[in-house]
Amino acid sequence: MKKSLSMLMAGALLVSALAGCGSNNNAASGNTDSADNGNTSATVFKIGGTAPLTGSAAIYGTAVQNGATLAVEEINALGGDIQFEVIFEDDENNTEKAVSAYNALKDEGIQLSLGAVTSKPAEAISPLHEEDHIFALTPSASSPATIEGNDVVFQMCFSDPNQGLASADYIADQQLGTKIGIIYKSDDVYSTGILEQFKAEAEVKGLEIVAEESFMDGMDTDFSVQLNACRDAGADLLFLPIYYTPASLILTQANQMGYAPGFFGVDGMDGVLAVENFDTTLAEGVMLLTPFNADATDEATVNFVTKYEERYGETPNQFAADAYDCIYAYKQALETAGCTPDMSASELCDAMMETFPTITFEGLTGDGAGITWNTDGAVSKSPKGMVIQNGVYVGMD
Amino acid sequence: MSFLSHLINGVSLGSIYAIIALGYTMVYGIAKMLNFAHGDVIMVGGYMSFCATVYLGWPPLAGVALAVIVCTALGIVIERLAYKPLRMAPSLAVLITAIGVSYFLQNAALLIWGSSPKSFTSVVGGSPIALFGGQLTISPVTIVTVVTCVIIMVALTLFTSKSKAGTAMRAVSEDKGAAQLMGINVNTTISLTFAIGSGLAAIAGVLLCSAYPTLMPTTGAMPGIKAFTAAVFGGIGSIPGAFVGGVLLGVIEIFAGAYISTQLSNAIVFAVLIVVLLVKPDGLLGKRVSEKV
Repeated sequence: MKKSLSMLMAGALLVSALAGCGSNNNAASGNTDSADNGNTSATVFKIGGTAPLTGSAAIYGTAVQNGATLAVEEINALGGDIQFEVIFEDDENNTEKAVSAYNALKDEGIQLSLGAVTSKPAEAISPLHEEDHIFALTPSASSPATIEGNDVVFQMCFSDPNQGLASADYIADQQLGTKIGIIYKSDDVYSTGILEQFKAEAEVKGLEIVAEESFMDGMDTDFSVQLNACRDAGADLLFLPIYYTPASLILTQANQMGYAPGFFGVDGMDGVLAVENFDTTLAEGVMLLTPFNADATDEATVNFVTKYEERYGETPNQFAADAYDCIYAYKQALETAGCTPDMSASELCDAMMETFPTITFEGLTGDGAGITWNTDGAVSKSPKGMVIQNGVYVGMD
Repeated sequence: MSFLSHLINGVSLGSIYAIIALGYTMVYGIAKMLNFAHGDVIMVGGYMSFCATVYLGWPPLAGVALAVIVCTALGIVIERLAYKPLRMAPSLAVLITAIGVSYFLQNAALLIWGSSPKSFTSVVGGSPIALFGGQLTISPVTIVTVVTCVIIMVALTLFTSKSKAGTAMRAVSEDKGAAQLMGINVNTTISLTFAIGSGLAAIAGVLLCSAYPTLMPTTGAMPGIKAFTAAVFGGIGSIPGAFVGGVLLGVIEIFAGAYISTQLSNAIVFAVLIVVLLVKPDGLLGKRVSEKV
């Protein structure tokens, strides 16, 4: 008894002694963030989503949470008929945890869903939405399988094949590189989905792919083999259809070995500037695809960026913008369909499935023509190329 | 030229494995237990150095010193609290305890620093050295890693063979009971072993994070397993064996990735281990200990 007590005390001492080193962290927080409003739950629409709020994709998750919360607060402050409450559960970009997170949200009684933020968890919980007949509009899960084979999940982001296509087009049309090396993650549907379409389009456009290297979960720290292969093949542009964590390592290791090709990423690259202690000068000149430009001068974007920066102290990325758009798209669809907060999730699901393909939504991530959906749940949106200059995104065209 | 470049990368990676494997092998050789928490002590070392340099603004070397001090202390504390009470317990109980300590360290790190990866600033500055007109580049981290590894290996060999404490370690390793009768304090000797092993883990952690600059609570897990493999490969309990095993493992891993498949490199590494163990069950430099019944 005494011994176990002393061990416990020593453990507690250790933790508290080390805690001084940590910066503010939110890993252990409850991860539920409901927008504050004075309404009771009977008069608000309850929206829920799973997001990687911790872990190696946490930048995406927190951005989505922040963007959605901001939109909900704006809408609730207007005091119209449509009022929202939004809840997030952490899925750590892990399929099993996403399923538990979804079940927790269901227990909370959500009426509408934001699906999952990343593709792998989204593919795991899409069938559950179908089963429970809960409508989902995912801000950023871009794999085609997220919306395939079910009628209730819609996407706010462009799909992976679309990104592969647009990447190849950008590289070919703007002559960004003549010999292209690719480093992709072979056990991630997101990465392989983009890669396949990229290769197909590269062939059409006559781009020469000189190296195609891969890595997997658990082997994603040492990229010397892949980078060497690309360099030996003479690649002058590296295409990286991967998330920001491995991308930040590739940038660092390429610099360490003195290899300086161009880098072209997709939406997963968004967030690389926010990695703690990452030397952002290494990302200088990196190109990426995003539907959102925080430097745009239109009123909606300026309003969003200003408020977001005030509130969260950082420039919003596309994930925040997509989530913000999701909430406003829901508002428009709910108004169009004349839905009321006392409707059940299933009734709302039917209404949303009918309404979404008919509306044209003007959002931050659209391009003037407005955003529309087809009945499969895919969005009409084209990726825009951005390049990182002096630590900020600048439009490529 | 790419062959040379892969070789250098392999030796660099292997040297890190070797430093970690030295810790495994020392603890196994003397305390006869597998300290699976060793990989996580590496992670703690990485975080300590990160905190010192980034949050407190200390110079890199001071960060390394802090990491070594904290990890050494941590190693002694772990041994006292978790392993010493089990000295007479069956080895399986100790093994399970070690796994428990490993989980404890990972989760404590998760609580303290969160799970978002942090980008580690290399403790070794300077620009890469270009040879043969830029075809071959060697990063300064690589050189420091390899040199550190060789120094540690030589120092440890000298320490165990020449110094009094080292002699005591070897005595404990051979026969705890007899060593005690000869007036050797077995508990102090084992604590010293853990202290040295954990101090080495801190250095390995800093070098690992300098070469592959990402820091997460699970950073030490995979290198820990690989280093354990390296220790077995070279002959667990043997100091030169851990060095040879570590370097070979790193080189095989990189070559398998470069010339066969990056997908299969881990599988090939373990396949080689199995073949070696089939031919030489005690590892490359392991000593055959015949048990008298």
